[in-house]
Amino acid sequence: MSQRASIETRATRRAWWLAAPALIWTLAFFILPFGTMAVLSLWQRTDVGLEATWDLGNYANFLANPAYIQALTNSLEITVTVTILSVLLAYPLAWIIAEEIPERFRRLALALAVIPFWTSYVVRSYAWSLVLAKSGVLNDWLGAVGLGPLDLANSRAATVIGFTHFFTMLLTLSIYASLVQMPPNLRRAAADLGAGAFATFRLIVLPLTLPGVMVGAFLTFALCIGDYVTPQILGGGNDLALPQLIMLQIGRRADLPMAAALSIILMLAVTLAYLGMARWMKVVR
Amino acid sequence: MTKTNLLAALVGSTCLANAALSQELNALVWCDHTDASFVAPFEEEFGVTVKLKEYEGTGAALSLIETSQPGDWDVLVVDGIDVPRVVAAGILGPLNTDELPYDTLFPELVMEENHVIDGVTYAISEKYGYNTVSFNSEVFTAEDMADMTRLWSGDFAGQLAVYDYYLPVMGMIAVGLGMDTATLSMDDLPAIEEALLALKDSASSVGEVVASQTAIATGEVDILVGGGEWVTAGLTADLPNLDWIIPEQGAVRWSQSIGVFADSAQPDLAQEFVKYVLSPEGQAALATSSCYWAMPANAAAADVLTDDQKRALRWDDQASYLARAQLYPAPDAELDAAMQDVWTRFLAR
Repeated sequence: MSQRASIETRATRRAWWLAAPALIWTLAFFILPFGTMAVLSLWQRTDVGLEATWDLGNYANFLANPAYIQALTNSLEITVTVTILSVLLAYPLAWIIAEEIPERFRRLALALAVIPFWTSYVVRSYAWSLVLAKSGVLNDWLGAVGLGPLDLANSRAATVIGFTHFFTMLLTLSIYASLVQMPPNLRRAAADLGAGAFATFRLIVLPLTLPGVMVGAFLTFALCIGDYVTPQILGGGNDLALPQLIMLQIGRRADLPMAAALSIILMLAVTLAYLGMARWMKVVR
Repeated sequence: MTKTNLLAALVGSTCLANAALSQELNALVWCDHTDASFVAPFEEEFGVTVKLKEYEGTGAALSLIETSQPGDWDVLVVDGIDVPRVVAAGILGPLNTDELPYDTLFPELVMEENHVIDGVTYAISEKYGYNTVSFNSEVFTAEDMADMTRLWSGDFAGQLAVYDYYLPVMGMIAVGLGMDTATLSMDDLPAIEEALLALKDSASSVGEVVASQTAIATGEVDILVGGGEWVTAGLTADLPNLDWIIPEQGAVRWSQSIGVFADSAQPDLAQEFVKYVLSPEGQAALATSSCYWAMPANAAAADVLTDDQKRALRWDDQASYLARAQLYPAPDAELDAAMQDVWTRFLAR
């Protein structure tokens, strides 16, 4: 064996050793549980317990049941709405923090942006339910100026508001990170070449910050579509979403195989969103 | 005795004492068992720790049991109508009835047809109540609530919430439609579903125990379908405007039973816990639990409950209520799956 080959072999071994903890972690906490769930989704719940039938019966049941399809549709509609709203709100907010606020106040502004993350997710949802309730804070204010009341509690609108509040902050951080990394010379150069503010934003700023927007949007999509708490508390049980349907299978029917099949479908939706995002980024580049 | 032997004896006795203190009894229960003050007397008397795992709905309990190791659980609290189901699954073991208070149990709560299978007793009733209609008496009168069919007529659109548990609510609708909950069949489901979906159109929210209580207690809604004394009794002092009624058509009676796991590693201790829960003191504490109040199965609890507590529980009206209420539906596996499909459509609407 040549000396060069020996060095390469040692380097490869070293790389494997260094990667081993991450690989073991992924194997133990993602691949094994996911594999178990995939196998379980091919079983059936029977009167006497779980039966290894090895068929796609649970997936067929999902496709044949309009209420289940409705739950997936509800989840997708809520998630897409929240993702779009969060991006539309987060981008200007991140811009203001990165470009308009004096540098000495930026840390404070960022700290204020992440404050919602400091409270428990459940507490935050219940707080929103108090704000949006029939006799809540919002309707008190509206009543004081002769408006309302708005019937927002226990509705899809309440779920979307609760989600958007949380994810706008998440997206603000990822977009802010993209904005501050952008060299200021690029915008100056565009201005020197005669580009107006809108053209500079469209041709320079937006393309360069798009990765941050897409990463934040994907995180929003993945976290939002899998969330059980917010639709349960703010939706008031009026808008069955896929995670709630999964909990129904576990909590009411003890049907772990169907819950596993629905979880796989949920993961499939997230995977498709990721692939779509990756493909779009490739096209844009 | 040398110093070494003395030290060894001291360490040994400390270990034994710790072993006794660290002995755990694991119980799978509804939320009304989770007050620390409820289990404290038993823990003190037997020097053990009672670990309580809360669940809601028999399906949830079965999921937990199926994903546990044999011997993980000692005591199970389960809906009375589901006892035959869990016995058939081999979950509950025989109960020693010798020292249980059958002589003071309300006769309707003995429920031999549910608790005794092939001559063997597997469980005993511990608490009961009604799934019926709770309402805000400042907004509605008892007369407004007397006809159950008005709930799904659209008369109360946006003013009502529904308790999220398919068996009692579908049972209530069956009662409202003049059906017998004990003989429900697949043929009855279309009419029940039609009324249920109409009810959803009027509903502001659908929630589990705590969400349901919160909805009516905070004034978010003025009517709770599926409510009853379990919603209002514990709130009487603070919210005297909350009331409940059994409509003309009747209501559904729920009951909880308690039993010992067949594979419990400490069946004697588990049996002692069942005895404690059925004692007058245990029954009074359970009846006035912070999660929800309801009637104790053992009438001897009357000696421990205060007059105010008995008034809130409507102790003196029980004979009339029991006569007008039907038991939860007890569907077979096929009907149960069909009922849950209806309930999923109700939630997805």
